[in-house]
Amino acid sequence: MNVILLSIIVLGTIGIVGAAVLYVVARRFHVQEDPRIDEVEALLPGANCGGCGRSGCRDFAVACVNADTLDGLSCPSSSAETLKKIGEIVGLAAAVAKPKIAVIKCNGTCDLRPSMARFEGAPSCAVLSSLGTGESPCPNGCLGCGDCVAACPYGAMRMNRETGLPEVVEDKCVGCGVCVKSCPRSIIELRNKGPRGMRVYVACSNKEKGAQAMKECKAACIGCSKCVKVCTHDAISVSSNLSYIDFEKCKLCRKCVDVCPTHAIHAVNFPVKKAEPEAVKAEAIDA
Amino acid sequence: MKLHTFKTGGVHPAENKIAAGKPIVTLPLPEEVVLPVAQHIGAPAKPIVKKGDKVKRGDRVAEAGGFVSAHIHTPISGTVVKVDVARTPQGMPVEAIYIKSDEDDRKADAEAIEAARTPLRSEAEVAALDAKAIIEMVKEAGIVGLGGATFPTHVKLSPPPGSKADLVIINAVECEPCLSCDDMLMRENAADIVKGVRLLMKAAGVDRGVIAIENNKPEAIAAMTEAVAQVGGLEVMAMKVKYPQGGEKQLIEAVTGKEVPSGALPIATGAIVQNVATAYAVYRAVYHGEPVLDRVLTLHDGKEGKNLRVAIGTILADIVDTDDYEKIILGGPMMGRTASTLVTPMIKGTSGILLDKKYAHRRPMDPCIRCGACVTACPMGLEPFLLSTLSRLKEYDEAENEKIANCIECGSCSYACPASRPILDFIRVGKGKVMAAMRARAAAAKS
Repeated sequence: MNVILLSIIVLGTIGIVGAAVLYVVARRFHVQEDPRIDEVEALLPGANCGGCGRSGCRDFAVACVNADTLDGLSCPSSSAETLKKIGEIVGLAAAVAKPKIAVIKCNGTCDLRPSMARFEGAPSCAVLSSLGTGESPCPNGCLGCGDCVAACPYGAMRMNRETGLPEVVEDKCVGCGVCVKSCPRSIIELRNKGPRGMRVYVACSNKEKGAQAMKECKAACIGCSKCVKVCTHDAISVSSNLSYIDFEKCKLCRKCVDVCPTHAIHAVNFPVKKAEPEAVKAEAIDA
Repeated sequence: MKLHTFKTGGVHPAENKIAAGKPIVTLPLPEEVVLPVAQHIGAPAKPIVKKGDKVKRGDRVAEAGGFVSAHIHTPISGTVVKVDVARTPQGMPVEAIYIKSDEDDRKADAEAIEAARTPLRSEAEVAALDAKAIIEMVKEAGIVGLGGATFPTHVKLSPPPGSKADLVIINAVECEPCLSCDDMLMRENAADIVKGVRLLMKAAGVDRGVIAIENNKPEAIAAMTEAVAQVGGLEVMAMKVKYPQGGEKQLIEAVTGKEVPSGALPIATGAIVQNVATAYAVYRAVYHGEPVLDRVLTLHDGKEGKNLRVAIGTILADIVDTDDYEKIILGGPMMGRTASTLVTPMIKGTSGILLDKKYAHRRPMDPCIRCGACVTACPMGLEPFLLSTLSRLKEYDEAENEKIANCIECGSCSYACPASRPILDFIRVGKGKVMAAMRARAAAAKS
C-alpha cells in the first residue's frame, strides 16, 4: 500500500514540476507567428518541389507574408485563382506568371542515333554522364536513364521504352523545374505553355557542327539557319551550331517547322491540318 | 623468393593474358590522325597549327597549356585538315588536330623512321647531360605517364620544394587482366628500358631504382634481371599477382612498405613511380631525340591477342578490322572505358583495346546484403558500399567525411560484389562532386 502511495506522490510531483517548467518556458519563449502564414501554406500544394526558388512550401508562405510586393514570388504549381487568394490574404496584388511546362530538347530516339554499345551500369544519368559518354556518340543528347522521371515530384514524367526518351505528361506538369536541375546534360527547358498548350521548340541540344551532328544523330539540329531566315518575328537565333526559339517572341506561325531539314523543330498541340483530299481518297481505297 | 605485395584489400581477376609472348607488331602509319589536345592530366595543350599548315613527323602541333601539361607531336607528315572537336577514350569532347598525309608525306615518313633507328646521341654525350637537361628533354618530348594515368613526367621529376626523392620505382606490374604490352616491351627492349631508367634516376637525383614486375611475367623478369646485372643501383623485384598493384600508392606500399598519407602526394614517401613504357619513351627521347609518337597496346578479341605499336592519334576504325564485337573497351577490363564511336583516337594513355564479348556485359544486379566483400577488396581501406549509398542519396558531406576523395576508382569493389552492384558507378559521381566542392573551398580560401 505504502509503495503505491509513494509512487503516486513521487511521480505526481515530478509531473507537476515538469508541467510548471513547460508552462513557464512556453510563456517566456513564445514566438508570435503571423497566422496568415498557415493560411497561405494551406493553399499551397505541399509538394516542396522548389519551383518557386524557395526551400519548400512553408518557406514560400513566410516569404509571401513578409514581402512588400509579390513580384517574383509565384508558385508554378498553383493556379491563378490560388495565387489571387494568396494575394488577398497578404493584401498585395498577386503576381501571376505565365504557366510553364518542361520540354525535352532531344529527339534522338533509338532508331535515329547510332549506338555502339549498351550501358549496363547503374541506371542513372548522373553515373553515365560521369563517364563522359553515352550510348550514342551525341555529346549533348538525352542519356535515357530517367533521372528526370525519378526526380519529378508530380509524376509528370515517364520514360518511353520504345524511343528511349522521357515524355512530359502535359496535364500533370506544373513547370516547377525540378527535372531541369536533375538533368546532367541540361536538355530540359521550362517554356511558356502557350495558348491551348500550343508551342514550338527545337527538340535538340547537339552543339556539334552540321556534318558531325548528322553523323551522331539523324534528328540533330545542324545549325543551318534556315529557320532564322524564315522567321518573321525575329524569335530564332543560332549559337554554337544550335538553333533556339525565344518563346516570348514566337508567334506560333510554324514556318520554321516546315523548313527544318532534319525535323528538329517540333510543334505540339496544334490542331491537325486538314488532310489533302487525294490522300484521304488513297487511304480510303487502301482500306 | 619472397614476393612483395600491398597489405590492404585487392582482388585477383582471371588474368587472361593471351597476348603475352606475341611479338610487338608495328602497324603501318595511318593516312589520317586525330590528335586531341587533352591527352594528359592537367591543362589541355594549345594548338599551334591551323588549317592548311604542312607538318612533318615529330613536329610539335600543340604546346603545353601550363606547368602540369605536355606538348603534343604529330606521328605523320601531312597537312592539317581542321582543328575541331573529337571524342577521347575518356569520352569527353575536346579540341583535336586532324592531320592527313599524301603519297610524298608517307615516303618522307618511311625515311624518317629509318633514320630514327640510329641513335642521335652517343653514350658519352648522354653521360654528360645533367638532371636539368634530361628533364628539359623529357618535357620537350611531351612524355606523360604511359601506364594510363598520363601524368606529365617532367612534373613528377621536379618534386615540390621541401620534398626529396630517394627511390625511383618502375611500374611494370601490369596488373590489369588481358594486357601484355608492357610485358612484351620488356622482353624485347630490356637494355633500352634500363638506359631509360638510369636517365630517370639521374633526373630525379636518386641512386636507387626498383623495377617491379608481377610474378606472372617470368620472361620479362628474366630479361630485366639480365639487363640490370651490368649496371649498379638497380634491382628487379618480383611481385605477387594482385590487382590493383599498378596503382601508384599500392605499388609504393608493396615495394617500400610505406603508406602514402591520405591527401598527400606519393613523393611524401620519397618514391617516384614511373611506368616502364615511360622509361622506354625517355630513352627514345634522350638517345634518339624522338618525342612520343607511338605506343604499344594490346588488342584482345577473346580468341587471340596482339601487341601492336600504333601511332598516337590513330583512330579505332584503322585498328579494328572486324565487326565481331559487342563493345569496344579502351584500356583494361577493370578500368577501361567503352568507346562510343569508331573515330575515337588512340591517345598516349591507351594501353589496350578489348573486343572480347566476355567483358561486354554485366550481370544483373541484386540488393546489397551488407556482406562486406567490397570492404575486404578495397585497396584504400574504404567502405565502398557506404560511399556508394551516400553518393546515391546525395549525402556528399558525409561521403567526404568517409574519405570518398581517396578512392582510386580501381573497380575492385564492383568486381568483388557478389550481388553485382555497380558500386563504383555511384562512387565516381559522388567523388566528382566532393572533389569539385573541395577545389572550390581551396580556391575560396586562397582568394
